[in-house]
Amino acid sequence: MKNVVYLHAENALNKAALEIVSYAQRLGGNVTVLATGSLSNDILSTLGNYGASEVIVHRTLSNNDDQNLTSWIASMSSEAANIVFSHDFTGKAIAPRLSVRLKSGLVSGAVALPESDGSVKVNVFSGKAFGFVKCHSSQRIISLLPNSVAPEPIGAACPVIELNDAVGPNKVRVLSVKKPEGAIPLPEADRVVSGGRGLKGPEHWGILEDLAKTLGAATACSRPVADIGWRPHHEHVGQTGVAIRPNLYIAVGISGAIQHLAGVNGSKVIVVINTDAEAPFFKAADYGIVGDAFEVVPKFTAALKKFAGQ
Amino acid sequence: MKILVCISKAPDTTSKISFTSDRTAFDETGVQYIVNPYDEWYALVRALEIKETQGAEITIITVGNASDEAIMRKALAIGADEAVRIDAEPKDAYFVATAIADYAKNQGFDLILTGKETINFNGSQIGGMIAELLDQPYISVASKLELSSNTLTLEREIAGGVEVVEVDMPAVVSCAKGMAEQRIPNMRGIMAARTKPLQIISPKGLDMLTSYVTFASPPPKSGVKLVDVDNLDELVSLLHNEAKVI
Repeated sequence: MKNVVYLHAENALNKAALEIVSYAQRLGGNVTVLATGSLSNDILSTLGNYGASEVIVHRTLSNNDDQNLTSWIASMSSEAANIVFSHDFTGKAIAPRLSVRLKSGLVSGAVALPESDGSVKVNVFSGKAFGFVKCHSSQRIISLLPNSVAPEPIGAACPVIELNDAVGPNKVRVLSVKKPEGAIPLPEADRVVSGGRGLKGPEHWGILEDLAKTLGAATACSRPVADIGWRPHHEHVGQTGVAIRPNLYIAVGISGAIQHLAGVNGSKVIVVINTDAEAPFFKAADYGIVGDAFEVVPKFTAALKKFAGQ
Repeated sequence: MKILVCISKAPDTTSKISFTSDRTAFDETGVQYIVNPYDEWYALVRALEIKETQGAEITIITVGNASDEAIMRKALAIGADEAVRIDAEPKDAYFVATAIADYAKNQGFDLILTGKETINFNGSQIGGMIAELLDQPYISVASKLELSSNTLTLEREIAGGVEVVEVDMPAVVSCAKGMAEQRIPNMRGIMAARTKPLQIISPKGLDMLTSYVTFASPPPKSGVKLVDVDNLDELVSLLHNEAKVI
């Protein structure tokens, strides 16, 4: 049996890349990684540690060229039992096209390895429930939600084959790309510190950023905060924002409306800090502190720093 | 300029999600359906803004049964010109995408818009599938869309960063937050929607590729452990020793 993984990598292998390779390895059989991007062959070869048998990297194909990319992946997948993507921007663009091209079922937003009946657990209702999806095709396409499986180092470096084939014209022209330096992408973050209207204004975000920095966490916010423009839209977690599943989610000054909980209840541990002891979020929390964010958060940061220093 | 906006019904965002006793289907008892927020707030409203500034004819389409006409009338009340309902119970994303693509292929739409996902199935599949079926480029999860003659300029929020791309129409775009603001239909719109054309089409020979075997609800939390404001060392110790997350 053979499984194919597609990933795009520029400067480093992100956690999501290791997760999908490890996931494909645990499905059984050989894993061929199809890659695009400028990452060096040396670093790509380390995917062998996570179960890749080989990496084929296409240097002339853009990850924005969804049509040519779909053709390439389809041509390399004829013998694949499973084709695995990360449920990220590229995965969301390519996996549905590939599903049509191969006439094979797509399981999107998978959160676990397949069950014994072959069905795969996915997030549905924006995190309020799970579904188990079965494909009726012989090939199966899976897009995996970040932070769903822990990557397991098992093997050694694998061979990397480099392709520089000419590709047809790309209908999608990239005009500019702006990437924030050093920020942790929210869907991949292990730890997330999130703020709501209880913080009273964007000028108070410094205390959350200090806490996030101390924890190595990403920052997020509730919908009202993004809507009033205190924080950028891409930080909005919830039913109509980003759904996340970090190990640790710290909610500060967020009441915990059902729409917000939907986006975060895949988190392993939830800590809620709120002045209102009746805030609904406490019912969904593992740990809670009833208190003023402006007092609690700096004290929490100080306690974490003290702990880290020990 | 002809724009097709794909809309889907979704349970109101405040709905409690539960399933039938055999857990094979969503329990619709007492559930209020709305237009999927991404389809309405972003895809449809952006299409209306293009209509108002540059002129366009907007068709909305959904795959569903007669009860879905309530949400279609709402989309017409907000400002779409005409509606098409493909009369079938949607079975999976491929089923819906092939039904829509089959209708769209001879209609000469310049632009097809979808929401980035539905809030019930979160698949993000329909847009890409339609694009593939029609052999058109697809821009997923766009947060900004500008149109100049035949060219679209789009912004996508990629993991905290922003990417700006350009593509010639016809094209398919899935729409996310940032693209437009929610609109509330006014009385004139609601009255006008009653007489706008709503075409019903019977689909033929649609396939499905996937199905839901069963559903499950997340396990309930065992209860919150409260920590005193003056004892944050205890919280740190609980997170380290008990929860093992730091």
